[in-house]
Amino acid sequence: MKKVFIPLLAALVLGLGTFLGSYISTHNMGIFNPKGSIAASEMNLIMTAIGLMLIVVIPVFIMLATFAWRYRAGNTKAKYTPDWHENKTLEIIWWTIPGIIITILATITWTSSHTLDPFKPLDSSVKPITIQAVALDWKWLFIYPEQNIASVNLVQFPVGTPVNFQITADAPMNSFWIPQLAGQIYAMAGMSTKLHLVADEAGDYRGMSSNYSGFGFSGMKFIARATSQEEFDQWVNLVRQSPVSLSSEEYAELAQKSRENPVTYYSSVAKDLYGEIIMKFMMPAGEHLQKKAEDPSHGASSMPVMPGMVM
Amino acid sequence: MLGNLTTAALPQDHIVITASIFMGISAVGVIALITYFKRWKWLWTEWLTSVDHKKIGIMYIILAFVMIVRGFADAVMMRLQQILSVGDSYGYLPPEHYDQIFTAHGVTMIFFVAMPLLVGLVNVVLPLQIGARDVAYPFLNSLSLWLTVAGAALVNVSLVIGEFAATGWLSYPPLSGITFSPGVGVDYYIWALQLSGAASLLAGINFFATIIMMRCPGMTLMRMPVFVWTVLGSMALVIITFPIFTASLAMLSLDRMMGMHFFTADFGGNAMMYVNLIWAWGHPEVYILVLPAFGIFSEVVSTFARKRLFGYTTMIWAVMAITFLSFVVWVHHFFTMGAGANVNAFFGIMTMIIAIPTGVKVFNWLFTMFRGRITFASPMLWLVGFIFTFTIGGMTGVLLSVPAADFQLHNSLFLIAHFHNTIIGGVVFGYFAGITYWFPKAFGFKLNEKLGKAAFWAWIIGFFVTFIPLYILGLMGMTRRLSHIDAASDWQPLLIVAGVGVLIIAVGVVLQILQFIVSVRDRKHNMDTTGDAWGEGRTLEWSTSSPPPFYNFATIPTVHGRHAFWDMKHGESSEPKSGHYEDIHMPKSTGIGFYIGGVSFVMCFALVWHIWWLAALGLAAIITLAMIRSFDYETEYFVPKEEVAKIEAARA
Amino acid sequence: MTTQTLTHHKEGSWEARHNKEAKALFGFWIYIMSDVLLFGSLFATYAVLHNNVFGGPSAGELFSMPFVLTETLILLTSTFTYGLASVYAHHHNRKDLVIFWMMLTMFLGVAFLVMEVTEFVKLFGEGASWQVSGFLSSFFTLVGTHGVHVTAGVLWMGGLLVQVLRHGLTETTVGKITTLGLFWHFLDIVWIFIFTFVYLMGAI
Repeated sequence: MKKVFIPLLAALVLGLGTFLGSYISTHNMGIFNPKGSIAASEMNLIMTAIGLMLIVVIPVFIMLATFAWRYRAGNTKAKYTPDWHENKTLEIIWWTIPGIIITILATITWTSSHTLDPFKPLDSSVKPITIQAVALDWKWLFIYPEQNIASVNLVQFPVGTPVNFQITADAPMNSFWIPQLAGQIYAMAGMSTKLHLVADEAGDYRGMSSNYSGFGFSGMKFIARATSQEEFDQWVNLVRQSPVSLSSEEYAELAQKSRENPVTYYSSVAKDLYGEIIMKFMMPAGEHLQKKAEDPSHGASSMPVMPGMVM
Repeated sequence: MLGNLTTAALPQDHIVITASIFMGISAVGVIALITYFKRWKWLWTEWLTSVDHKKIGIMYIILAFVMIVRGFADAVMMRLQQILSVGDSYGYLPPEHYDQIFTAHGVTMIFFVAMPLLVGLVNVVLPLQIGARDVAYPFLNSLSLWLTVAGAALVNVSLVIGEFAATGWLSYPPLSGITFSPGVGVDYYIWALQLSGAASLLAGINFFATIIMMRCPGMTLMRMPVFVWTVLGSMALVIITFPIFTASLAMLSLDRMMGMHFFTADFGGNAMMYVNLIWAWGHPEVYILVLPAFGIFSEVVSTFARKRLFGYTTMIWAVMAITFLSFVVWVHHFFTMGAGANVNAFFGIMTMIIAIPTGVKVFNWLFTMFRGRITFASPMLWLVGFIFTFTIGGMTGVLLSVPAADFQLHNSLFLIAHFHNTIIGGVVFGYFAGITYWFPKAFGFKLNEKLGKAAFWAWIIGFFVTFIPLYILGLMGMTRRLSHIDAASDWQPLLIVAGVGVLIIAVGVVLQILQFIVSVRDRKHNMDTTGDAWGEGRTLEWSTSSPPPFYNFATIPTVHGRHAFWDMKHGESSEPKSGHYEDIHMPKSTGIGFYIGGVSFVMCFALVWHIWWLAALGLAAIITLAMIRSFDYETEYFVPKEEVAKIEAARA
Repeated sequence: MTTQTLTHHKEGSWEARHNKEAKALFGFWIYIMSDVLLFGSLFATYAVLHNNVFGGPSAGELFSMPFVLTETLILLTSTFTYGLASVYAHHHNRKDLVIFWMMLTMFLGVAFLVMEVTEFVKLFGEGASWQVSGFLSSFFTLVGTHGVHVTAGVLWMGGLLVQVLRHGLTETTVGKITTLGLFWHFLDIVWIFIFTFVYLMGAI
């Protein structure tokens, strides 16, 4: 049994290792292939933390293997001390060394939580661009307040220009994530969160919602396209020529549930639409009910009679 | 008359119909077998109405094994869907069905597999370890069991009648609110978990009181076995956090049933309040599960390394530190909410501090092995597998506790791989070790070692083949809960590898089932006649016979040190066998726990479907049953000393 | 105390120290601790939501202080009357007085509940239902949960009364009177917090 099992196990480990190794070296490793300074810092942070932890983890593995082998019952030559159960020095060592490592890691955590705070604007001489992202059932709407344009499931911005994302939802909670550019932040109804990032290289990056939000969740992805300033300006002009504009009515239509929406452009956007989307969750009842009459999709929670009281 | 319940609730889709038929056939098969062997009366008097902690424990573990089949089937279906549903192909499950499966998988595994395994093992072992004849409240113990069974039954019924939640295992609002989830799925979820939560709280109070009040003479706190200490920590967490869980689910159901606005997006509700509350329970919950596993490993390592446990006092301090710290880390589940750098950093640092006491425990286990004489029986294999796997899980956990790193790892498959790494590597391996270790105590014969070891290897190899690809996929940016995958992503090869891994784990599960069957068949060859099944027992459970008599100890032992049974064996204190016995006070069996469980099931089913008259009737029945119990003053009886002497003579 | 119960616990034995009443009381203390956490969650939610009126009425506009004060006095009195029942059970072995004071406590408990329901109906009539805002949802749930506890206490007291009538003041019934007392006084303390945080601070 042992004769077959050990070579089999070795072959399996080697085979899996080779396969995974070749897969990793030939594929885009997402967060380990950063294309923006935020994602790059986050990757370095992950590497540092892993390195620090290996200081403890590797000795644990070595001890585990050595002790298990050396002190096996069959090896009667090894020392056997059945009553030895205390050693102050050893115990102090293994409270202290992990303690020191965690202290170092805690310091790194404190600093990095502040420097990589997604709400913190980036230091840059370039004037930033503001983009408002709205998570809808099940697509992403991007509003450019400065350009007064909007798009669905595609967001474009110039390389090297800091992007200030303002993020909300008109749907269940989602999470806004472009792994190669920056970590994620939640998109929540009635609230506005922020994410600051910059792309250092032109390209199309995978963007998505990472927080499950219902049946259409798998399709809730978008393209984040970083281009030169000229290409960006051309794109803005292209969007401005779109025959559709995002009026309140058009938005109400768009906010309905739909899956796998194609990229859509809107040549103009209703005034302060982003603010309206957030405010409708905070508006007083009277005004809200009036709105509801126009939009029956929100009916259930405001029914004047208690639902289900029919015997 | 039947509320919202119509024939439309019956299964439409062929997969569900097949599953329903399978469940129906299994149920009919079990009923037919019991009838054929004329075992109904035996089942009722010996098991269903029993308040004996050992039998209740065994029933809990049986429930866990029934439900693990369900939870594991869900896992296989998920892996298969993700392999098939790539690009133009949409697999064999529509999202409406797939999303229920991942919700049911999480709910089943945590509430109806891990918790029953925990409570079951504690039931079987803990009273024996502290030299007690039963738990503090034997009736409540039976009630806990039947409420848990009612909850599990509700989850299974949702498969046939209606639907289950499709919201993820913690059902965050507003998605789980009535607007976005108008069906009965979330209601099944809520009421199944309310039953399971109430049962867990009762069990928590019961065991906490048992440890404090029922220890045998001489067993001071610092003489308790480490397993008892870990259960004490775990049950303290249950008592403190399960009320929060009950309150959060209650508010969610008030939102859904009565149109309230706790967690709605509008009308002044606050969904983030739910997320905070549910994790204030949810994080301690993982320590509720893992602490007793640490306890099991502490017993196992000392037995199989044939050596005293290294650093008992440090172990206890580490357990208490982990218990305390687990309350101040819940925000690490949602760093991405945007609570601000100071809040995030605080909770991140608190989380990584837990790594210190956990690391200390690992070193103590290692140095118990150091200069020991290690026999690699299957519990010891689980321990070695655990240290290896859990250390990796701990490392990825610390990584996730750094907020700025978490922004990139949260909600991805990296997170999924991490918590399976700790829950399978820690909790599941631990409980499997415990079951193998204490099985001879509960049944009087050992499990087949050959199949046990084979199952271990299938589990650990399968585990890594499944979850290493998931770690990598997470780093590539694949999120959890996807029912369909983009062709451009090129993730499919790794998903196929993960699928193969699940098949290897499935081999492990089959080997374990075989192990039980073969062991029962060959039990004559594996008998434990001494009571000290592994020959190296140190704690009191090994001092009584295997299986123990229903009163556990003919004479309550008196303890003089940490290794009570070891001292008895080595003549450092006299064994409590004097031939002189006293009357033994024992609780009477009662069917009321079973009835309340049954009525609770009906009541919660009625609440799910808004059948108000039936729900009211159920509530009235529960109150009446509680009153009947309260009016019963004859709940205990005496076993006369002559009978004890007779039983003891037969045992010897 | 009947002789029968006494023989069940051989004086000074290990069993006697671990008797049923002592265990029940200890377990009930732990239950009370967990109930504190349940109310704690509801208080925390109320604290978060109490300003979220969403255009509906706020705490200051709704509550009538004299009414709530009367409610409070009734509940406080009931704690006192229960205390008397407890004293007569423990120290004087006076079954008749125990029954009298317990019945009075029950009556006060029911009166408190009637007032609470009246208040709820009145609020509902004014259009301040729990569907209006997060604030009102958390108000009705917090106060209502306390009410449900009081209802359970009243039912329990009714059951216990019958048991005292039937068995007299035995170790078991006196133990149950102590346990229920713990529950009843606990509900009083919870009400004081509700009175302070919901009504008094709402009125300011």
